[in-house]
Amino acid sequence: MKKNMPALALGIFLVLLWQFIAMGIDAAYILPSPLQILVKLWQLKEILLLVHLPATMGVTFLGLLISVVLGVFLSVIMDSNKNIENALYPIIIASQTIPTTAIAPLFVLWFGYSIWSKVLVTILITFFPIAITVYDGLKSTKREMEELLITYGANKKDIFIKLKFPTALPYFFSAIKMAIPMSIIGAAIAEWLGAQSGLGYFSKRMMTQLDGAGVFAPVVLLSFVAMISVAIINMIEKKLITWRKEI
Amino acid sequence: MLEFQNVSFQYAQDKQEMMKDFNFSVDKGDFISIIGKSGCGKSTIFRLINGLESPQKGQILIDGKPIQQIKQYSAFMPQKDLLFPWNTIEKNICLPMELQKVPKKEQQKKCYEVLKEIGLLEYAHKYPKELSGGMKQRISFARTLLAGAEMLLLDEPFSALDYLTRVDMQEWLLQQWLHFHKTILFITHDVEEAIFLSKFVFIIKDSPFCCMEKIEVPLQYPRKREDLKRTEIVELKEQLIKKLRQ
Repeated sequence: MKKNMPALALGIFLVLLWQFIAMGIDAAYILPSPLQILVKLWQLKEILLLVHLPATMGVTFLGLLISVVLGVFLSVIMDSNKNIENALYPIIIASQTIPTTAIAPLFVLWFGYSIWSKVLVTILITFFPIAITVYDGLKSTKREMEELLITYGANKKDIFIKLKFPTALPYFFSAIKMAIPMSIIGAAIAEWLGAQSGLGYFSKRMMTQLDGAGVFAPVVLLSFVAMISVAIINMIEKKLITWRKEI
Repeated sequence: MLEFQNVSFQYAQDKQEMMKDFNFSVDKGDFISIIGKSGCGKSTIFRLINGLESPQKGQILIDGKPIQQIKQYSAFMPQKDLLFPWNTIEKNICLPMELQKVPKKEQQKKCYEVLKEIGLLEYAHKYPKELSGGMKQRISFARTLLAGAEMLLLDEPFSALDYLTRVDMQEWLLQQWLHFHKTILFITHDVEEAIFLSKFVFIIKDSPFCCMEKIEVPLQYPRKREDLKRTEIVELKEQLIKKLRQ
């Protein structure tokens, strides 16, 4: 707790500064104050929490789940075979140069306003950090430990289960912690581009109505959900991974 | 027990062979040490015995059979303890047995027996980070013992320890050797350690080498540290250092 005090103090200072600047400007459609955003959040609580948040979370969860499966699968097969690694690695890197937001409208053309166009944007944004971080984790296995297992008669499967998997697990958690906020951003971006519900869609609708606080309210809610999710993953990681510093 | 017959070996990235027509043998139950300058090929001998490297020429025999035809003939203990931090001490010790599909109950029985023998029974459910350097090396030795091999290959196992712990571990290792009757091949940079522990000291002098000079240590087992002060031992130590400097 003591460690977090400076961050907390700085956070409070910045929010207060924002409040005073917003009060000085006095134009809520340009810069709503934190207090106005909180009031708006309270006024819109039902529609935000019961309609738009579940829609965004559905996209986020589905996108994240597919990204995890795809990312882990790609990292494992790249680690297991040099030819596959040589074939896939450059393509995975190249996939990050695609301007996702620019081609996202194409997904709307392909999949319409269904959930899949948004899930695809989320996957494109999220799978890369998962694949590369887990792959790095698998590659970080100590050669001498692997050789020791070979001297005990271990085969490839044994080496994966006994050594590579536990070595890569802390990297997996780091990847998930990176991927959660990214998947939420991905889902929100996808909703701006074409959706009928969701916090991103709602935020864009408020913008057309020049409702500054209404634009910010879903964003605050998204940030809150991302922070809570990362905190939960942190707790699980602390409970499960006790060897991070010893690898 | 172990025999190298005209073994030649060269690493792919090296310009010259590390060993050429190398011949070397160790009798069952012996404790031998191999000494030599850094990079002379001491650890390569272990890698060849382990099967981590294959000789380009010649063969390595265990009790007259080529190593390719037999399993679990040697167990390796590296310089670092290499205990898996995610496993408890018990799971670490049982690892070689688990890979050899030894029944769980038997694994546990052997593990507790050896832990009792090395005086660390109460640490069975602890994790490596909770142990000192010397304790970790004992656990690593216990794991090597339970790999089920007759021959133990110890590659500078005490070099990372402080002086006093190292001295304690040397005495402890001798007790364990006398108790378990294994054949031990020990690599070290420390001439005094080699003399104190081994029946024979082998020196690698040439590069590439075709043989090692074999020197018998004129001491009976069990040994005491005071034995190292005897005139013939002090002379032997000087002689070995001189040979290494040549």
